[in-house]
Amino acid sequence: MTTDVEPVEEFRRRARAWLADSMPPYAGDADARFDDGRREVEKGLQRRLWDGGFAGICFPAEYGGLGLSVDHQRAFTEESLPYDMPFSLNVPTLGILAATLVDFGTHEQKLRHLPAILRGEELWVQFLSEPSGGSDLAGCLTRADRDGDVYVMNGSKIWSSAAFASDYAMCLARTNWDVPKHRGLTMFIVKIHQPGIQVEQIRQVDGSMEFCQEFFDDVAIPAADVVGEVDDGWTVATRLLIHERNAVGGGSPYTSGRSTGHDSSRHDDTLARMVQESGQAGNAHARQLVAEAHVRQLVAGQLIQRVTQGVTIGAMGPPAGSLMKLFAATNVMRRYEIGLELAGAGAAAWPADTETVAQQLSELTLWRQGLSLGGGSNEIQRNIISERLLGMPREFAADREIPYRDVRRGASPSKG
Amino acid sequence: MELELTEEQTSFQQTTRKFLGAECPIATVRALETDPIGFPPEYWRRGADLGWTSLLVPEGDGGGSLSEHGLLDLVLVAEEMGRMVSPGPLVPVSVVASALAEQGTTAQRAAVLPGLVSGEAVAAWCGPDPIDAVPAGDGFTLNGVARSVEAGAQAQHLLVGARVDGGVIQLLVPVDTVGVTATPLGGLDLVRRFADVRFDDVAVPPSAVVGDAGAAAEAIERQLQIAIVLQSAETVGAMDRIFEMTLEYLGDRYSFGRPLSSYQALKHRVADDKMWLEACHAIATGAARAVATRADDAAELVSAAKVWIGPHATELMQDCVQLHGGIGVTWEHDLHLYLRRATVNRVTYGTPEDHAERIASQVLGAAS
Repeated sequence: MTTDVEPVEEFRRRARAWLADSMPPYAGDADARFDDGRREVEKGLQRRLWDGGFAGICFPAEYGGLGLSVDHQRAFTEESLPYDMPFSLNVPTLGILAATLVDFGTHEQKLRHLPAILRGEELWVQFLSEPSGGSDLAGCLTRADRDGDVYVMNGSKIWSSAAFASDYAMCLARTNWDVPKHRGLTMFIVKIHQPGIQVEQIRQVDGSMEFCQEFFDDVAIPAADVVGEVDDGWTVATRLLIHERNAVGGGSPYTSGRSTGHDSSRHDDTLARMVQESGQAGNAHARQLVAEAHVRQLVAGQLIQRVTQGVTIGAMGPPAGSLMKLFAATNVMRRYEIGLELAGAGAAAWPADTETVAQQLSELTLWRQGLSLGGGSNEIQRNIISERLLGMPREFAADREIPYRDVRRGASPSKG
Repeated sequence: MELELTEEQTSFQQTTRKFLGAECPIATVRALETDPIGFPPEYWRRGADLGWTSLLVPEGDGGGSLSEHGLLDLVLVAEEMGRMVSPGPLVPVSVVASALAEQGTTAQRAAVLPGLVSGEAVAAWCGPDPIDAVPAGDGFTLNGVARSVEAGAQAQHLLVGARVDGGVIQLLVPVDTVGVTATPLGGLDLVRRFADVRFDDVAVPPSAVVGDAGAAAEAIERQLQIAIVLQSAETVGAMDRIFEMTLEYLGDRYSFGRPLSSYQALKHRVADDKMWLEACHAIATGAARAVATRADDAAELVSAAKVWIGPHATELMQDCVQLHGGIGVTWEHDLHLYLRRATVNRVTYGTPEDHAERIASQVLGAAS
């Protein structure tokens, strides 16, 4: 079947008119005030996109998407900037999990889940990290043992975003202990809210409760819910991580609307406002700091464009996504450092009855490592850049060519 | 650099790279250290034959570009010259040629552009800061000093801004006009020559005025932007080459029985360097596109390029020196040639701090 693809500019005009008629204006701080109420609002907004024919611009038409190009997506995002959008569905649901499902899901899995995701009915999350694992994702101890038509899962996962409010997860589990670690893993689709799965929220240093730990106790997973090949889950996980780096770095073709959260290219005039309100606008040092923060945003945006283009046309390998991720993470750290410097004593104490920018910044500063740890630590990104992108020798690993059951392991903390 | 080039651009880039490698290898660059001109005139003419000086000049004036935007072709030359720390007045000649092509009178274009395009003549841009002028008869009398003018002592033509009656004009002044003195300066780069250009009661006719008087400030801003786009491309080209050399060295060099490139402490620094390098490429390309297309955010992206690239270029190169060890701080090794070029580029056409202030003015309003 061939159909004429709508030219990008026509699509843009159509999107502009539709957005004006259909979406509420952007309130400016949606991601800063995220809660269950907001989550429901965003599911509704996603449904509006679906009903309006603008959901899943780069997803295959066969599974409810529009099957259009990255340029169409970019045009839509540019037009959407003045409007409220289902920002939190972008990461992880659309940009990471749905993207991975497109790559590795069976026809039935895609039919069952992708349209539901694009309608805003299913939120997804990845279950990869484990309490004992740290950066060694493939050193997975959660096990899934085949028993007739099902796999029986036992173990624990951690650092999953908002699993308590999500519907499905992609979960990496060990299905074969007699082969080296990367070759005995399988990726599963797991329905989160079911008997045998306990979800606990973890309180972070800034008081937020987004991250979760899950415990699996003889959870039965249908064999039909294996994503990719049995014992080849690492291939799926690797692709998932690439999608994650792109999505978190701000360069995913599967996300729609302005990036939120830690995307360092996002326009943000918080620092400028604080400097003006605190009477520092004439201070040469403060002006240099504000300029630096602004330039970092601009450079981040240009880097995202460059790497996205590079990967799309094949001028760069997929590991180049780590450049965006590392840039975003280090940018965030520098940005909060600048914020702390500009906030001065306002970062220590504030009027009890009002919320100040300095207060927000100082609390965010405690959490500035978030992006440097989540989605693969900065150290792992540096390994990927040096080894996969630049071809430098790989790190020595003591667990490479031996059956995983013989690999030495440390004591497992209950959380870690 | 743009990741996607047209066939013509790729071929032009390859031709320029081959030419520089064969006709002006680094040994030649080194040999020019004490040369007063700083570049072999024949080399510059042959570079002009390849098209280096034509790209910002319309066909009607003897020029021509490969793609729709000659500036995006020209950054390829600047980048190749950065890779070889090449000599030659690419920035001033390009800035003046483009200014005359865009705003010069028929007579000015006829008098200057053929020489610049053929590489027979050199022009210098006296920078964004104007000197003083007073009306005298039909014309003007100029007084003042334009400091650190690139190729100021090699040029036959000067494009200088002047403040007159509270406004700014631009003037095209032959270097042999009475009262013009170019004093060569010493400098950090082995082959890039600067001069202080003095104007002592220099009488210029009204025919020397370039462009409309009211449009001079905007024209000077555009000239600055073009200079910085080329400078940024050159620095990024130099960074690219240094990074390649360092990566290769780390693979070849063994300590304690293993290649340096196998040490995680070094790999992680190289990863950071790579990230900075790609970010420099990205902002340099963004600025070039914006200036080429006269986008609304051209000034912003150009200043962002200055703020970002200068410090990261010198930081990356200093790190490459450290990764090379002792050989990196010898005269014999080529690293310092690149570090010299990057340092000069960092502080000319405005320092990163100057450009940060431009950004701050945009974000916060002018400093009170």
